[in-house]
Amino acid sequence: MTDVFGVPLPALMGQLTLGLISGSFYAMLSLGLAVIFGLLNVVNFTHGAQFTLGAFGAWALLRYFGIPYWGSLVLAPLLVGLIGVALEKTLLRRLYGMSDLYQLLLTFGMALVFEGLLAILFGSSGLPYDNPMPGGFNLGFMFLPYYRAWVVTFSIVMCAVTWFAIERTRLGAYLRAATEKPELVRAFGVNVPRMITITYGMGVALAALAGVLAAPMDQVKPSMGTGLIITVFAVVVIGGMGSLFGAILTGFGLGIIEALTKVYYPQGSSVAIFLIMTFVLLLKPSGLFGKSH
Amino acid sequence: MTEVITPPIVVRDLHGHYGQSHVLHGMNFEVRRGEVVTLLGRNGAGKTSTLRAIIGILGKRSGSVIFEGVETINLTSDRIASIGLGYCPEERGIFSALTVHENLLLPPVLKPGGMTVDEIHELFPRLKERAKSQGTKLSGGEQQMLAIARILRTGAKTLLLDEPTEGLAPIIVQHIGEIIRTLKQRGYTIVLVEQNLRFAMSVADRHYVVEHGHVVDEVSNDQLRSTPERLDKYLSV
Repeated sequence: MTDVFGVPLPALMGQLTLGLISGSFYAMLSLGLAVIFGLLNVVNFTHGAQFTLGAFGAWALLRYFGIPYWGSLVLAPLLVGLIGVALEKTLLRRLYGMSDLYQLLLTFGMALVFEGLLAILFGSSGLPYDNPMPGGFNLGFMFLPYYRAWVVTFSIVMCAVTWFAIERTRLGAYLRAATEKPELVRAFGVNVPRMITITYGMGVALAALAGVLAAPMDQVKPSMGTGLIITVFAVVVIGGMGSLFGAILTGFGLGIIEALTKVYYPQGSSVAIFLIMTFVLLLKPSGLFGKSH
Repeated sequence: MTEVITPPIVVRDLHGHYGQSHVLHGMNFEVRRGEVVTLLGRNGAGKTSTLRAIIGILGKRSGSVIFEGVETINLTSDRIASIGLGYCPEERGIFSALTVHENLLLPPVLKPGGMTVDEIHELFPRLKERAKSQGTKLSGGEQQMLAIARILRTGAKTLLLDEPTEGLAPIIVQHIGEIIRTLKQRGYTIVLVEQNLRFAMSVADRHYVVEHGHVVDEVSNDQLRSTPERLDKYLSV
């Protein structure tokens, strides 16, 4: 059996796959946060709860309407995105230009409300969601479950599509311009407030999509987003808020670093990302890819 | 034809606030179709604020701004622009996150009759050569060309230009003068904020002198050419 620095290859590859999976979620979630922050200047602390809503959406669509995983992959993000649109139009909109503290209180408060509601409706113990793609590839040096391969591939594609839509299309140019000078874009005749609503909805939908992806991998439970989102905020701090590409790269990179720590120094795996965050903050407070203000 | 008789811009008793300070104190003026009109005055007189109030991005405004027969004082800036108003801000407002070409295509087409990208490239060949560069990598003069060029695509026939010559070399100022005269020939109506009196006299039909947030004098360009000392008391430091 081949060893890599004293660790058997299958174990190492297994952990690396898990690292890529975590990285997929970090990347998709920090990408949504970065898009929202860019245009709205709001740190969306509801993001974790919206991820959880996506997972519960998939579960409820299957349980009550018989809609399978593939349908939920489209429907659940759409529904949660619409909840985001309503949230922006009724509450968040009133706080633009006010102190960040109010936005933090609202978005964090909304996260607690959503989690509380889910706990009341579905209990906190966790619900099972069947793996839609049982089985896997035997690669010789390791066994790769189909679903894990799917999650990594699909998130890379989603990140690439989002990046392309924002950085290389006409609509994305409006978004980039409005992130830079919203007042001027509006003076050109663009309905910027509507654009802000749609952007928030899309960012939220991306979180919910990640939630649907997560549903078959673990128990669907109200607290599933909370643990994840704390790490995602660290990822965002490390990557810096300014760059979408940076958010994606940092997400996958840190997922892999975390996995390697699990292999070579398991005791440190839960703090590795936060340790990196501390160093980045000391050396480059705006983050690896961030623009300083 | 009422089109010809109704002036595109009629400003009456326009008041405006910028943050805490009251910057416009009852502006009154109008701009007729096909005219190039300048707002002259010292720094801080309220010229830029007047343009910002017309396009609807000055914090708070009251009074009346009638644009193409529509009272716009309670409209948001996107609605005002949609009636057919093009705005070229002070400092040019070029987007650094966009390429030159993306900057050019950014303002949406508001009505038919705007220039095509080819026509614009003919007027501003540098913008074609540098289409793929980052917008803010252009020289100051090129950025100014881009800021004017991008509102010519939209079909807006009334343009607000805020100090297009600021900080530019004489040769580029001349070029911008030629462009403004070309636009006038093509029937555009232009409101120009200027500090450069010679430039203003080379392009405009009429001038309004602004002081302390209101119009204190109105001169035709011919009058100004024959008695330039008329403005000395307003503009001398």
